[in-house]
Amino acid sequence: MNAIDPPTTARVELSASEAADAPVEIRERTILGLTPESWARILMPLLIGVLALGAWEWAVRANEVPSYILPGPLEIGRTLIRDWHSLQISLWITLQITFAALFVAAALGLALAVLFAQSRIIEMSLFPYAVILQVTPIVAIAPLIIIWVDDVRIALLICAWIVAFFPILSNTTLGLNSADHNLTDLFRLYRASRWQVLMRLRLPTAMPYFLGGLKISGGLALIGAIVAEFVAGTGGRASGLAYRILEAGFQLQIPRMFAALVLISVTGIAIFLAMTLVSHMALRHWHESAMKERR
Amino acid sequence: MDGSMMTTVTAGPPVVTLEGVGKRYANGTLAVQGVELAIGQGDFVSLLGPSGCGKSTVLRMIAGLMAPTTGRIDMAAGGQATGDIGFVFQEPTLMPWSNALKNVMLPLRLAGVNRGEAADRAAAALAEVGLKGFEKSYPRALSGGMKMRVSIARALVTRPRLLLMDEPFAALDEITRHKLNNDLLTLWQAERFTAIFVTHSVFESVYLSRRIVVMAARPGRVVEDIEVNEPYPRGEVFRTSAEYAAHCREVSQALHAAMGEHA
Repeated sequence: MNAIDPPTTARVELSASEAADAPVEIRERTILGLTPESWARILMPLLIGVLALGAWEWAVRANEVPSYILPGPLEIGRTLIRDWHSLQISLWITLQITFAALFVAAALGLALAVLFAQSRIIEMSLFPYAVILQVTPIVAIAPLIIIWVDDVRIALLICAWIVAFFPILSNTTLGLNSADHNLTDLFRLYRASRWQVLMRLRLPTAMPYFLGGLKISGGLALIGAIVAEFVAGTGGRASGLAYRILEAGFQLQIPRMFAALVLISVTGIAIFLAMTLVSHMALRHWHESAMKERR
Repeated sequence: MDGSMMTTVTAGPPVVTLEGVGKRYANGTLAVQGVELAIGQGDFVSLLGPSGCGKSTVLRMIAGLMAPTTGRIDMAAGGQATGDIGFVFQEPTLMPWSNALKNVMLPLRLAGVNRGEAADRAAAALAEVGLKGFEKSYPRALSGGMKMRVSIARALVTRPRLLLMDEPFAALDEITRHKLNNDLLTLWQAERFTAIFVTHSVFESVYLSRRIVVMAARPGRVVEDIEVNEPYPRGEVFRTSAEYAAHCREVSQALHAAMGEHA
């Protein structure tokens, strides 16, 4: 603004310094679409893994360890390929139970959290039972559930759900109650309805918390499904990866046991990565956790 | 409106009247006592005082965010309608998950205005505060001053008759604060809303307002009511004038007297 003359036209403009103060994403040099740091993050653990597997293979061969005690990674890999047909059926069953449990946990956890957020009385009355459900070891109640529920698949689903739903419920409840005070006042100033406050303020605020819960619950659903399968010990066609491990143990087919174990681990990692990706996609525009470095 | 003409503002009939307003918090603290205040239509009034003098409490009571424990607050006819009061907080208070346009659309959307019309009006409000081209920017990508502009655009998008501001520029650097002070005056002159501005800065209150209400603490009360009858628009000339300095001295003395000191 000119220091001598008063402003002659009433116009509001952004000053250059204000615009220059805006945070800018730091653009890093990329190699094939990834920054050097991202590559290091992927390649370094891979290198450690390859080295460890190499050492394992060498130790097994050098000491001539029989495969029913400890098979080498190469033999586990061969078994995985040879038994892929039967293992893949079991993997599919375990995956079905895991994802069904995760889906129900997410839907019910979210719905219950919204219910809790509507009324302190409901939250106070019901939350302790959610905690009791959470702290009771699933191995202890799985046999009961399997006795009570005729359909084994449903029983397994219930077990996995019990383990998976608590993080979603407690995280989302926390998130729904974390709305910014000033924003809450703003909604009150414009006389927003309960529904508007829920949809436009509380649910968006709870989103990162819900996704954080989902990330934890993804792994827990898998663990719940596996534990329940162990307890149920169902034989025949409709059995998951846990039963493959039990079965292989009884038959002393240790490489097959390891192969099933590898599949479980890979599934767990895949679920975690998938949930991380979902979280990143949902939050990348606004949440600190999904932000690139800025100045 | 012709900005080249220097005009002296006179306040119209009261838009909001406070009679014997007091506020005692649930813990027994007496935040405000016996406030008598009538704010005239089109006026620019600052509530000035040290921290703890209840100036923010008074503002929140006028906004209806808090009920007085004694006395009454009367709004002129129409003042009860949603969107007739705009509020700018000390922090920008933007929804981080929405871009600038959607943030400004909020008051209209809450009032049931359809998406298309709300978007048009919000875009116009953003352009008015100098943020044309930043509609799609998320708050994370904006500077402190720009976020405050979005916040002001959101408060003005409903065309309120009364704009309440609670130390809106306190967290900004001085250059940005001066710029936003000027822009605020420009908007005030163009849109003719009544402004109530809470601040603890003598200089800011003298520069902006036509009337300064000085408050004291423990309990919060009004101790002085000072008029700054200088014409608008005010610019850098006014900021360096003898009149400005004289007003600052007067207000400063009143403030020190209110705080129980001698200037």
